[in-house]
Order: sequence, then structure tokens, then C-alpha cells
Amino acid sequence: MATKLTPTQIAWRAAQDIEDGAYVNLGIGFPEMVARFQPPGREAIFHTENGILGFGEAPAPGEEDWDLINAGKKAVTLKPGTAFFHHADSFAMVRGGHLDVAILGAYEVAENGDLANWSTGPKGVPAVGGAMDLVHGAKRVAVITDHVTRDNRPKLVKTCSLPLTGVGCVTRVYSSLAVIDIENGRFVLREKLPALSLDELQSLTGADLVIPDAVADLVTPELT
Amino acid sequence: MDKTIPDLATAVSGIEDGMTVMIGGFGGSGAPIELIHALIDRHVRTGHPTGLTVVNNNAGNGHVGLAALIEQGMVGKLICSFPRSADPKVFTDLYLAGGIELELVPQGTLAERIRAGGAGIPAFYTPTSFGTDLAKGKPVEEFEGRSYVQERWLKADYALIKADTGDTMGNLTFRMAARNFAPLMATAAAHTIVQVTRLVEAGGIDPEVVVTPGIFVQGVVEVPDPAQEEVLNRADAHYPEVA
Repeated sequence: MATKLTPTQIAWRAAQDIEDGAYVNLGIGFPEMVARFQPPGREAIFHTENGILGFGEAPAPGEEDWDLINAGKKAVTLKPGTAFFHHADSFAMVRGGHLDVAILGAYEVAENGDLANWSTGPKGVPAVGGAMDLVHGAKRVAVITDHVTRDNRPKLVKTCSLPLTGVGCVTRVYSSLAVIDIENGRFVLREKLPALSLDELQSLTGADLVIPDAVADLVTPELT
Repeated sequence: MDKTIPDLATAVSGIEDGMTVMIGGFGGSGAPIELIHALIDRHVRTGHPTGLTVVNNNAGNGHVGLAALIEQGMVGKLICSFPRSADPKVFTDLYLAGGIELELVPQGTLAERIRAGGAGIPAFYTPTSFGTDLAKGKPVEEFEGRSYVQERWLKADYALIKADTGDTMGNLTFRMAARNFAPLMATAAAHTIVQVTRLVEAGGIDPEVVVTPGIFVQGVVEVPDPAQEEVLNRADAHYPEVA
């Protein structure tokens, strides 16, 4: 099997599609990494569910203010233009269609855009947070993910087997092997790693890929 | 008019067994630690209140604040969006042992249910959770070609929140992201009790910057230099303190 992108490289690739001035929510965990790779000359405004727009990166250790945290409960910093607001306004921004992009992690994405990313089943303590809200309202809902699970099963599937976060909500997937749009209930291949054949990619994908005439090479800098 | 309460014990004295209590905060930011601890003190002294239904985004962390309230056995049911965090052991153990009921609500739906409760709106429709397990049993309606789930308002007997500056009339400002659910909870509770870091006379807050108007507030108690849950947990604090 061909080599694959590191999580950092996937985050880099997703960051290249964020326009200057876009309002963006990054899911907690892996998606937070996207903020590190804004292309030069562009500045996105990041939204966090707990009521901050336009926050900056993490403070130095020891400099944290625990009233200034993101949805992952990690300390962030102020930037010129930061705004605070309460939770109802925060989710009005989310569901009301005011965010340009939401970038989330995934356990599974189905070809019709269904997303499963909040529960791996009935065991343990269930927790949903803002995931079910974030998949509704943003103009683009993108997923960043490894193309397959740890035991090599496809994460891009015909139908999700895990509990759904949202129905028909994902518009683009940035995986460790490819960039795939979801259009009219199908996975449409836009970019793939140059060393990977179409057959290999299809064999690692749980539903049929639509292959347009032009498929670009997925190329990123060396990032570990 | 003076809504000032002289001390924390008096501030929480009206909360009775079985009441619904909204507690402000998102993780540690905005958590009214001193009010929660005053409620625990009362329970240690009198055995009450118990069987509380608590509304909060999370389920507490470590052994202080909301986690300590749960650890004391005072909470029968938790309504929250994310009962997982860095150290939610108290809730997790009790939940897995069947000792506490959980109503899991998506975060934006939780906020809007509280907002609706405070605004006199008994139900509303949201796209959130449509087609998922959390929409089971709820009415669904189509508007302009999309499906929406009906959700009900959420109200409480008491709200315990933390604000930055409060005046004697109950007008409030908040500090950074510690605002989160507090302004909503203030509207949705019959009695909203606020711990303020700085108490000023009426006129001491510029009317242009008031976030929560005093009409939503029944009592204000001054707690200068309030504890931060994150700082307490890094010091492995327990409440009540272990002798």
C-alpha cells in the first residue's frame, strides 16, 4: 500500500481551502491543528462554542487564564478584534448559517454525507457536546480523517454503522489518501496521492468512487 | 432596592430537596465554585438538599465544584451535553453504577432550551439531532424542505451563576468566556443567585455594558477572588477538605 499523509499533512491540506476572512469552527482534538496552517496573507476568524470569536493560539505554560478557554477546555489568547458572547448567540452563529466552515473528525462518513463522530456504541458514558449542532448551518462541513480505521477497514462507507451525528451533512472529506467531495449522494474524487492507483484507493473505500476526468495530485509539504 | 445577600450560606438556603438547579459554567470557566461549596456545606450540616436535578454543560472535574456536589450524593439527575472531561471520575463511576440519571442534550439545544425557558417559549424546532438517537420519540416537522426536531423549554427553581461585576440591583457583567450559559440560566430560573467578584452600588456599571439586567436576578453575594476549578484540580483539591 502506498504511503499516506500524516495527521499534520491532512490538517495542512484542509487549511489551504479556508478563505481569508472566513468564520471557522474547528472540532476539538485533531481538527484544532488546522489553525496552525493558515496560508500566508489569509486570516480566518475562529469560533468556539463556549462564546469566543477571533481567539488566538495557546498561551505559554503558566500564562493561562482559565476564563479564556476553547471548547476543548484548553487555554487560548485574545487577539485584536476578539468578541465574547453567551451560548445562545454562539449556537445562533452555528445553526443560523453564519459560519463559513466547520471542520470535524469522524468515525465514519457515508456517501450520502451522513456523519458518525460522537459515539462508538452503548458502552461507557455518552457525550455529544456541540457536534450535532455544528453539522447543521455551516456553509461547508468538512471532515478530516484517516482513510481507514486502525484495523484497515474503510471509514468512508456506503452506510454508517455507528450512531449518527447528522444526516447528509458532510460536503468534503480530507483523508490521509485523498480529497473527496460528497455530491448528490456519491463520493466524488478530487485529489489523490500520486503514488496511489485508483484501484488501490477504491479498495480502501467502502462505497463506489465517482472518478471525474480531472483528478489532481494530492501534494503537501513534508510535515510530521 | 437592594438584592445583596450578606453571605454564601444565606444565598443557598432556599434550595430544597428535589429542586432543579441550573449551574453556570463551561468546564471550570464561569463555575460558581463558592456557591456550590456553600450548598455542600449545608448538606454536610443538615443532610439537605438531596435529589437535585442539575443542569450544566458538563459533569464536573476532579473533586471540587459540581463533581463534589455529585460526590456528596446530592444530585439525582444531570442534564448536560458533555459528561466527559479530563477527570470526570466521580460522575463516571456513579453513572456506570446506576447511581445517577443522565439526560444527554446537544450543547446548542441545551442553550436554546434554557433560552426558551426564560423567554416563555414552550417548544421550538431545531435541525440539531434530526435522524439521530437523540431525536428518538420527539416530534419532527418539515419547514422549507428540511426536517426539524421539536425540543421543549427548560426551566429551573434556582440558578447559581458567577458574574464579574454586579450592582445592588442585580445588573451583571461577565469576564471573558466565563459568560457562557450564565445569562441564559439567569432568565430561566425562578430564583437566580449570583456570586459576583466585585459588588458595586447602583450606577456603578455603565448601562451600555450590562449583559444581564437585574430583572433576571434575585440575589447577589460578593465573593472576591473566586476559586478556579482548573487551579483547584491542579492542586488536587477535595471539597469538603479531607482531614
